[in-house]
Order: sequence, then structure tokens, then C-alpha cells
Amino acid sequence: MNNFLDNIPKIPLAPWVESAMDWLTSNFSAFFNSIQQFGKLLMNQVTDLLISIPAILLIVLVVILAFFITGKKFGLAAFSLIGLLFIYNQGLWTNLMETTTLVIFSSIISIIIGIPLGILMSKSTIAESIIKPILDFMQTMPGFVYLIPAVAFFGIGIVPGVFASVIFALPPTVRMTNLGIRQVPKELVEAADSYGSTARQKLFKVEIPLAKSTIMAGINQTVMLSLSMVVIASMIGAPGLGREVLTALQRTQVGNGFVAGLGLVIFAIIIDRLTQSFNKKKTL
Amino acid sequence: MEKIKIEHVSKVFGKHIPQALELVKQQKSKTDILKETGATVGVYDASFTVNEGEIFVIMGLSGSGKSTLIRLLNRLIEPTSGNIYIDGENISTMGKESLRTVRRNKMSMVFQNFGLFPHRTLLQNTEYGLEVRGVPKEERQAKAEQALENAGLLAYKDQYPNQLSGGMQQRVGLARALANDPEILLMDEAFSALDPLIRKEMQDELLDLQQTLKKTILFITHDLNEALRIGDRIAIMKDGSIIQIGTGEEILTNPANDYVKTFVEDVDRSKVLTAENVMVRPVSVNVDLDGPKVALKRMRQEAVSLLMAVDKNRHLKGYITADDALAAAKQQEQTVHSIVQSEVLTVPPDMLIQDILGMIYNSPTPIAVVKDERLLGVLIRGVVIQALSTSDEEAEVHE
Ligand SMILES: Nc1ncnc2c1ncn2[C@@H]1O[C@H](COP(=O)(O)OP(=O)(O)O)[C@@H](O)[C@H]1O
Ligand SMILES: [Mg+2]
Repeated sequence: MNNFLDNIPKIPLAPWVESAMDWLTSNFSAFFNSIQQFGKLLMNQVTDLLISIPAILLIVLVVILAFFITGKKFGLAAFSLIGLLFIYNQGLWTNLMETTTLVIFSSIISIIIGIPLGILMSKSTIAESIIKPILDFMQTMPGFVYLIPAVAFFGIGIVPGVFASVIFALPPTVRMTNLGIRQVPKELVEAADSYGSTARQKLFKVEIPLAKSTIMAGINQTVMLSLSMVVIASMIGAPGLGREVLTALQRTQVGNGFVAGLGLVIFAIIIDRLTQSFNKKKTL
Repeated sequence: MEKIKIEHVSKVFGKHIPQALELVKQQKSKTDILKETGATVGVYDASFTVNEGEIFVIMGLSGSGKSTLIRLLNRLIEPTSGNIYIDGENISTMGKESLRTVRRNKMSMVFQNFGLFPHRTLLQNTEYGLEVRGVPKEERQAKAEQALENAGLLAYKDQYPNQLSGGMQQRVGLARALANDPEILLMDEAFSALDPLIRKEMQDELLDLQQTLKKTILFITHDLNEALRIGDRIAIMKDGSIIQIGTGEEILTNPANDYVKTFVEDVDRSKVLTAENVMVRPVSVNVDLDGPKVALKRMRQEAVSLLMAVDKNRHLKGYITADDALAAAKQQEQTVHSIVQSEVLTVPPDMLIQDILGMIYNSPTPIAVVKDERLLGVLIRGVVIQALSTSDEEAEVHE
């Protein structure tokens, strides 16, 4: 039996994937290159802009935002104040700004791709049956794997970091948009149809507003997932807090690793609570 | 003047549609057809005409195909076969664009659960039809405000639907339909979700409206009394087929078959019998004494899945379900206070069954008969319906 299994030649899946990648990189290198150039320029500018804002001003703005968005409660505001001051104090401010840029870009790109994809999925059962397994695949594949095509296409730096994060963080937005629209009560869809709405009117006047809180929950997850890619993306040269963690790991500096990790946790908590409260406020 | 004409219209849900239609012709029952082909017959071979300015009521028990039939008219559901004409235009073969024009201009729908958009204010709800039609903002707001004014709800125009009672919400549903100034109103159990008193009020309002508006109204109900009150003509449906069409008088005096006859008999009885006559002894739990374990034991003894909750004075507190009791017992709760659900429908003992039937169809839990807060008994759908269909002598026994 064993013998029989051994006699089947190994399916050359890995070489196939590799040659496909080679084909893509060699034929579209100009395309990938220009994205790489342009993306890098744009993101560097955003980072520079963030860094040019006095840290204390940015901290105050975040604290005020946290205060009002959570319904004038002090919890998150106080946490943000202490947390951000701590990060600054540890000399990680620039890294934080780099991470912020990375998260902002990968989240925005995920949303721009994810919401229309989710809408398509909700409208077409065929699209749903095609996209769903792809999403499952994207989510179960370890995040590290995405680094390989990212490097192949875009070399190293922040752009491949964003690319890998988008692939990893996209699924929740797509899924939740699809779910939110499919969950709109049947009677309301019928009401929209019975008054002669076009598909577009129904979508924008009824379905998206009613699916909004579900979509927002998906976006929140997407943001958190792209944040979780920060450390992984630093392996291919994406700058930020993740790189500090990685450096500490490579040099076995437990202290530095802990501090940078703590910075990430603080940042994650602030972002998570902010996006969640934003959602609650909107659905009131 | 003939406004709506329906010719041999059928709707079969699912696969194997031709076989299913063939089986219907052989007079097979709905369940047999479902078993043999997996297809559900929603409507079979319906034909009727509705005249301009008429209130045409379609009546039948739940599942008889009423909602499907009314949705075939504006093609929220596509017909499997047959033709539907409105003002002589064939709706069933119409292209998307023309269908949309008809939906926008000719007919508006009112829904059982109101179908109001929760994210829009009453004004925004009311102007929806005009908005999708592209009426300029000022004009459509003026029209919507007028419609709300007529419904007596203008003061609430900036509120959201969930801030209103059911009756008020359905007034908005009707105002939204009327703001469009359609020629035809499609009303799918529009009043079935309302309390009996509000329901009667709404029926009166609809009749008043009709005096001046003279719309063509297709009204669906499962309640023959409602049908008799508001219908110029009534069609009775059973298992997807229309079995009799006529005025209320014709149907009462000359029922087409035994099925219609039982309905008709219900009317008379339901006008005589009261809640007290048909209620049964409540199986209850004393919230001041009993814990979840006692409750569960009682449910087992009495073979029920739900107990009415009363206090030591037998004042009604609500009800508890087996699931909750089980969970509470697991949690080692000592009392059932935390699991008492207080939203239970109550009626006074002298309320007519006529007025209770609608509630009982829509209530997932038994209805409590209560006098001076004290629980006297409960109404169970099966028992009530049985009481309505037994002969008069047997009904006496209950008294
Ligand atoms: N979308 C659907 N798919 C399959 N079966 C349906 C669908 N809609 C209704 N039915 C079936 O058609 C029959 C008639 O339903 P309906 O028109 O809702 O009845 P009613 O409004 O009189 O209660 C029922 O047996 C129901 O299960
Ligand atoms: Mg129905």
C-alpha cells in the first residue's frame, strides 16, 4: 500500500506557483514598480506629516476624540493619554507614526476593495459561492505566506507590507458587508421594491444604511487584523513598532521587545475602542 | 370599470414546476405534491377581476397563498403561469422599466409588519415613494406632510418608527402608500398585527378614507369578520386555490362548500362566545414561593412547556418558559423572578372571541384572561378554534 502511494510522482504544485509568479513579476514589473514607487512616496509623506505634527498636539486631539466619541466618558480618554505619553516617553513615537500610516493605508484599501466585493456577493449567489471559499482560503493561510508574493512584486519596505496586510485583513469587511445586506429584513426589501426603487436606490437608501452597523463591525475587524500584521510585515522591511519587536527578537533583548510590544497593545486597544464607539454612536 | 384582471394565475415555488402543476390538476393535496416533487404550490389557477373603487378582500387561513397572490400583482413574486392585467396592461410580461413605472405610479403596498424603514424619520418614510420617483424635495415633502397630516401624525414627523405604537406605525405605512397617490392599494394583512380595538379603528378609518378617495383596494386578511366589515366582495382561498368569490351576504347565506361553511359558522359563534366561555384552567407558578425546579416539575406533570407566573394573590406577573426554567435550574437560582417574561397579552373575561381571534393567531404565547389583575384562565388557540367549530349544544357545556 505504502509502496503504491510512493509510486505516484509528486505533483509539481510548488514549481507551478513559482512559474506563475515569475511570469507575473517579469511581465508586470513596470506596473508593480510604479505602484511601489508611488505608494512609497505617498506613505512616506503621510508619515512625515504625522511626525511633523507636535506629538503633544496629536495626543491631545486623540484624547479629545476619545472623550467625545465614547459619550463623554473618561475611561478611554485617560487610557489614551497615559498610553500615548508612555509610547512617547519610550522613544517610540516615530515608530508609532509609521505603524499608523501602515494601518491607515491597509485599512482604507481593504475597505475600498472589500465593501463593493461584499455588495456583489450579497447580490449574486454565484458571486457568493465563488468568493466565499477564496475568503476562507485567505483567512486560513498563515499571514507569513503573503510576504512571499509581496516581496516578489514590491521588493521590501512599507508597500509590500501594506500589500500583505490588505490580503490578510480584507475578508472580514467583505463577509460582514455581505452578511449585513443579506440580513436586511425581507419586508423592508419588499417595501423598497414595491415603491419602484431601482437597484441602486434600494442599495443606497435602504440596504446599506440598514447594514451599516454590521459593515462597521467588519471594518473594525479589518483594522485589527491589519494591525496584527504589523510585526509580520516588519520582516520584509515595513517600518514601525513591529520592526522594534523584530529587532529585539533578533538580538534577544527581552526588555526592548516587551516595551515595543506593549506599545502595539496600547495602540491596538485605542484603535479598537475608537472604531467600536464610532460604530455605536452612528447606529443610535 | 374593470381595474385588475387575473387570469389562471399560478405560482409554484421550487423545482419540478411542470410536474407539480400536473399534480395540482389531478387534485392532489399540497402536502402530497410537496412530497412527490419538492415543489410548494403557493397559488393555483386564480382568476378574478376587481372593479375600480372596490375593496376586494382575499381571505384564508395562514399558508393559503394570500401573500403570494397579492405579490404577484406587483411582481414582487414572479408568476409561474397566467396573466395579470391592470387597466388592460399585461403586468406579467412587462419589462423591468415599465414594471418600475407601474410600481411607482399605479400601486402602493401596505405591509403586515408595517415595512417602515427604521433609519428614516416618519417624514422620510412617507416621502420614500416620491423620492425614488425623482419628485423634487420641496414638493415631495409638502405631499408627505399632507399625508401625515391626514393621518393625524404630522406632529411626529421627525420621529423614528420605533418610537411609535403599532397603530401609529401602520397609519404611517398607509400615509406612505397614499402620499404616492396610487390608483391601487395592496394591503397584506395590514391590520392583523394590531390590537383588536386599534384594529377596529383602523378599519373604520380605511372605510372613511375610501368614501372620499375611491381607490381600488386589495385587502388581505385571515379574519372573516374583518373581511365582512370592509369588503365589497370577498374571495376565500384554501391551499392556493380560490374556492368562492362573492359579497359577504352571498358567502354567509350560500357557502360554496363545507370549508366555507365552517368559516361562516365561526362568525356567528365568535360574535357570541366570550373569553370566559372558552378559557382553560391556567397552569401557573407562584413567583413568591416556587423556584425553577418546582416549575420544571409542574411542566412535566402537566405536559406543558410554558407556565403562567402569578404572585401569592394570583395577580398575573407574566409567564416562564421551559428553556428559561431549565437554564435557571442549572444556575442554581432559587426563585423564578429573573426569568419571568412580562409581555403577555391579556383580555377581560367578557371580551368577544371575535375580537380575540386576531390576537390569538399572532400570539406565540397563550393569552391570559384577567379580571382586576387576577389570572382567571388562559386562551389556547386550538381550544378556541375547537369551541368555535363545535355545535351549539357542546358550546353550552363550556359555560
Ligand atoms: N419564497 C417561498 N419559497 C417557498 N415557498 C413559499 C415561499 N413563499 C411562500 N411559500 C409557500 O407558499 C404557501 C403560501 O404562502 P403565503 O402566500 O405566505 O400564505 P399566506 O399569506 O396566506 O399565509 C405556503 O405554503 C408557503 O410555505
Ligand atoms: Mg401572509
